[in-house]
Amino acid sequence: MLAVLAVVGLLVYGLVSKGSSGVTVGEVAPAGPLPRLEGGGTGSLAEYKGRWVLVNFWASWCIPCKEEAPALERFQHQYGGPKFTVLGIDSRDLSDDGRAFARRYGLSYPQLRDGDGAAAHDYGTTGVPENFLVDPTGKVRWLLHGPVDEEYLQDSVAPLLPREKS
Amino acid sequence: MRARAALVALALLAALVPAAIAQERASLSEIEKQVMCPVCGTLLQLADSPQAQREKVFIARLISEGRSEAQIKDILVAEYGDEVLALPKGSGFNLSAYWVPIIAFLVAAVALAIGVLRWRRNSGDDTAPPPDAPKGEDAERLDADLARYDL
Repeated sequence: MLAVLAVVGLLVYGLVSKGSSGVTVGEVAPAGPLPRLEGGGTGSLAEYKGRWVLVNFWASWCIPCKEEAPALERFQHQYGGPKFTVLGIDSRDLSDDGRAFARRYGLSYPQLRDGDGAAAHDYGTTGVPENFLVDPTGKVRWLLHGPVDEEYLQDSVAPLLPREKS
Repeated sequence: MRARAALVALALLAALVPAAIAQERASLSEIEKQVMCPVCGTLLQLADSPQAQREKVFIARLISEGRSEAQIKDILVAEYGDEVLALPKGSGFNLSAYWVPIIAFLVAAVALAIGVLRWRRNSGDDTAPPPDAPKGEDAERLDADLARYDL
């Protein structure tokens, strides 16, 4: 009886700890610390409170991520500043591969590392790339479970940002 | 004579050292059985996704650098976290992966032993009492029958 209870307890623990999670529009985005992809130390979404942040989960082995990276960089170049930034999170990837990817595509926006995929799990991602627009209060205002392109960013994300170049 | 013995010892050493080094050298196929493809959620050995391919290339590179199996697993944990290990490390809650099966086995063994003991006790109660010894005419007939045999 005790053994059965122990096994059931372990199963329940497994379901609770690995169960569904994630954020939806209107909820506060997870902002726990993550290692920086370059330069050491940690960073987090919390550092950008007061700014709009487009959180982009990506990985170097992901083909759609290669396709959207130039569009994200151009969007950062156009809108990035004190009121907006793209924040890349390299998820379940080798750090050397991630750094090479960022260099190859000339990504100038900040990059964090999520090697074990814990942050991706907290956001409820099901793959890469996925994108979450977080408002200055830290709440998710828009999300896309898939890649963005230039047109999509201009049509769906840009209208939500402050009008003046931030 | 001494010089000859020293030469033989040297030759033996020269033969044994490379063998020992070769034994410790990590192997991709062995490591693939012990680590996971974090994206696929399967053993790396069974995975063929782009992420798994990168992980295999990474491990092969570490092997070519002369890293041991333990070092490679530590590096993989630093990259992907503890979940990259097919068998969890023996600490904290992860220990349950090792002691739960042992405890389950012991509980099952004790339950089996108790069950066997009860069964034997019950089956002992069911046995019929020994029959009474034959009396009178039966006893005489039995004695006569037994006398016919040379036992």
